[in-house]
Amino acid sequence: MTDKAHEGGYKIYLVTWGWLLAITLLEIGIVLVRLPKAILVISLIILALMKAALIMAYFMHLRYERLNLIYTVVTPMFFLAIVLFAMIGPDALHVFRSR
Amino acid sequence: MAHEVADQERILASPWSGGQSPFAVGWPKLMMWLFLVSDTLTFAGLLAGYGVMRISLGQWPRQSEIFNLWLGGGMTFILICSSATMAVAVAAAKSGDRKRVTPCLLATVFGGLLFLAGQYYEWSHFIHEGARLFSNPWGVPQFSATFFITTGFHGAHVTGGVIYILITALRWARGRIQPESIEIAGLYWHFVDLVWVFIFTLLYLI
Repeated sequence: MTDKAHEGGYKIYLVTWGWLLAITLLEIGIVLVRLPKAILVISLIILALMKAALIMAYFMHLRYERLNLIYTVVTPMFFLAIVLFAMIGPDALHVFRSR
Repeated sequence: MAHEVADQERILASPWSGGQSPFAVGWPKLMMWLFLVSDTLTFAGLLAGYGVMRISLGQWPRQSEIFNLWLGGGMTFILICSSATMAVAVAAAKSGDRKRVTPCLLATVFGGLLFLAGQYYEWSHFIHEGARLFSNPWGVPQFSATFFITTGFHGAHVTGGVIYILITALRWARGRIQPESIEIAGLYWHFVDLVWVFIFTLLYLI
């Protein structure tokens, strides 16, 4: 192991760190410019999911794991997201409207 | 009959072959992953509860005006940095770059402590402004309740992580543990960072 090989091995974390930082700044930026509420919420959720994907894929090395481990981890999150957004969301809106 | 044998060979060559180590990782790492999946559900429950209350109440204080965005952004920055140093510690341990591991782990611990200091400052400021667990001056009692419970739960995870990584660093410095233990501690720490991404987005920005 030479020092050069190490530099190459750590570069991916530096790049991931840079992207996470850039997305965080973008998030704060779009809050400060006061976009319409719907656009703000949708873009913030997309940006948060991008950050989550970066952390899981590179910091947690999930990208380099075997496919069945990736599915084991990602599937519950995916179905949970569907349940939360597709079922609980409209339910809560219904409570709000029936007040 | 012949095609069944071919089928079996195809399955054995696929990621679903099972065998001695079906996930191609050691059991400690697999257990940490399963713990993190279940812990995700805990935080998802807290955040979903927050979402239901906020949507069904129809009114909510403007969070981005009550909280100091730059403090929250700074805490996010600190946590991302500590996650990066943790990732470098794991890579160094695995590639045999032994002398770089302990400083990186201690940098991660330092980042965690800085984050907790930021959270202490934020909580004391918020309480000083009159926020209590079940009441606050902004008109929606659920606002401070969800804030204290969700960030408190996350802060407890950070505190646990700081202690966990400190112990891991000490044990590594004494040569008691293998690189896999560093990797598992890293998974936990990145998860804490991951949860903060959603807490910061949902509780501070939206």
